[in-house]
Amino acid sequence: MADALIETVGLCKSYRAGGGEVAAVRDVSIAIAPGEFVAIMGPSGSGKSTFMNLLGCLDRPSAGRYRLDGLDLQRFSADELAAVRSRKIGFVFQMFNLLPQVSVLANVELPMVYGGTPRHDRHARAAALVERVGLSHRIRHRPTQLSGGEQQRIAIARALANDPILLLADEPTGMLDSATAAEVMAIFQQLNRQGITIVLVTHEPDVARFARRAVFFRDGRVVDDHPVDRPLQALARSQEDAA
Amino acid sequence: MSTLDAVIGALATLRANPLRSLLTMLGIIIGVAAVMAVVAVASGARALVVGKIGNLGSNLLVISSGTITAGGLKLTTGSAMTLSEEDARALRRDIAAVEYVVPIVRGVVRLVHDDRNWSTALVGVGSDYLAAEDWSLASGRGFSASEMQSAAKVALLGQTAARRLFGDLDPVGAVVRIERVPFTVIGLLSSKGQIKGGDDQDDIIVTPLVTAKTRVLGVSVAAARAVGNIVVKVRDDRDVAAAAQRVHTVLRRQHRLGPQADDDFVVKNLAELVEVRQSAYRALTLLLGALAAVSLVVGGIGVMNIMLVSVTERTREIGIRVAVGARRRDILRQVLVESVTLALAGGVVGLLLGAATSAAIAHFAGWPTVISPDGMVLAVGCSAAVGLLFGLYPAARAAALDPIEALRYA
Repeated sequence: MADALIETVGLCKSYRAGGGEVAAVRDVSIAIAPGEFVAIMGPSGSGKSTFMNLLGCLDRPSAGRYRLDGLDLQRFSADELAAVRSRKIGFVFQMFNLLPQVSVLANVELPMVYGGTPRHDRHARAAALVERVGLSHRIRHRPTQLSGGEQQRIAIARALANDPILLLADEPTGMLDSATAAEVMAIFQQLNRQGITIVLVTHEPDVARFARRAVFFRDGRVVDDHPVDRPLQALARSQEDAA
Repeated sequence: MSTLDAVIGALATLRANPLRSLLTMLGIIIGVAAVMAVVAVASGARALVVGKIGNLGSNLLVISSGTITAGGLKLTTGSAMTLSEEDARALRRDIAAVEYVVPIVRGVVRLVHDDRNWSTALVGVGSDYLAAEDWSLASGRGFSASEMQSAAKVALLGQTAARRLFGDLDPVGAVVRIERVPFTVIGLLSSKGQIKGGDDQDDIIVTPLVTAKTRVLGVSVAAARAVGNIVVKVRDDRDVAAAAQRVHTVLRRQHRLGPQADDDFVVKNLAELVEVRQSAYRALTLLLGALAAVSLVVGGIGVMNIMLVSVTERTREIGIRVAVGARRRDILRQVLVESVTLALAGGVVGLLLGAATSAAIAHFAGWPTVISPDGMVLAVGCSAAVGLLFGLYPAARAAALDPIEALRYA
């Protein structure tokens, strides 16, 4: 598939642990087209998070090839990979991973600081992104003053800061109750409709049903890959707030 | 990431933990304050001493009679009266750069006034002595030309000698006996102060040269034209060394010394003396400053310690930054900017504290202190350098973190 956004061929990742090699990802070949919403599922230890780290250029494969948006990433230096992360990828984590000592606005600005956006543009764009996730009234607050759902919405706003083509979410609802989780998933669905490709790691089947394609991992291999039958549509309070 | 962003980020981080930041800075603060205060006190001492020596006159050459060798022993300077009034005249005539040439004789005499007596230095001087020495009169007048020639029994009193004999009264017009010979005091000299070693320049009585020789010191007829010293004042500071050379040439000719003969006189250049003292104090300042700088290094180790703790604590934060696009050098720069900011802030506070300490020393101990701009620049520069140096290792550690491990860090 020449026009795939993500294309892996024979991707492997193994770690040295306790005198032996532990293979976390074994020979994964997968293609994801632009605009897809993929849920990666599997029990813990199945290699799905390692695979996610490889997709996010946080880790390098032991073997195999990875093409992202037409770029062959094998020979990229650490700084070049950082630039890829900065320009093309947004991360959303289970633990939110906001910086606690600075404001919501500064957190959303952070990717733009490293991306080289001028100061003035940063403020305006970060404010617009916070508004988009419906939290304009929280802009001067510290992340610790926010609820879990609010923090995750800010984390999503941060992930969108440099207008990425790929959003990677690692158990984004793992710390949230089901109602809040549905709100967050609604935002993902809305973003996906606007054209962003989303890859989401989860072990909850309920969460995976919001996606349009499900990929199952077991022992580092892809064991199943099929479209989601009638994806759930999340009703989003935040969209109405933002409107 | 611009440096400005890095500085703003560093300030936010330091503000987030104010007590720790302050305690970390304390090492630098004390180090810089110590350097500042020590250098200020040492510079003050130097300025004091150099100033006192400078009172002697920085463009003066003092020529003394040289040594003679008696029975294989070399006797002390001035043991032979080799200089004469003719020498003084020749110097005045042959060297264009000189402003004044003043022959003088010295002795120690007993002064008596009413029921008080005092032992002091007598200086018999040729014309222009006060002008050559840059010495002014507190009251009264100087010697007239006729008094100089006629061996008039008139004298000028130094402040210390005057106080011993007259207390707080004005001695001008009074009669003082020098070795039983009555002299009229016609002037009171202004104060010149002490020089190092305790010599009091104000413990003195000055008479015309001829008077001192004939009426007090009783110089023998054979040495009637001899003088103890010749003071030469050079018109321009820059000509002092050249003038000293000319003095040598002229005096060797006057004394008819052959090419192999040793000088029978000594030319002392006071500017050189000042230079020597100054460099000695400069060395002292450096030494004390270096000792105080050790505490700055200790402060730097404190900064490194805290930066290492801080980097470990913020492992997760570093992981987040890497995930959103920070390069290794961005992380490196962030930690370096933080440690330099910390050290620099400590340096500035230390500077103020050091200035306050020197002011307090000056006020309470009465010890003069000089705060030089050089010292301030040096102190702040040193603290920034300390921050940079001791921030390198923590910064390298932070930049080398594996982002995945870092993000997993609890």
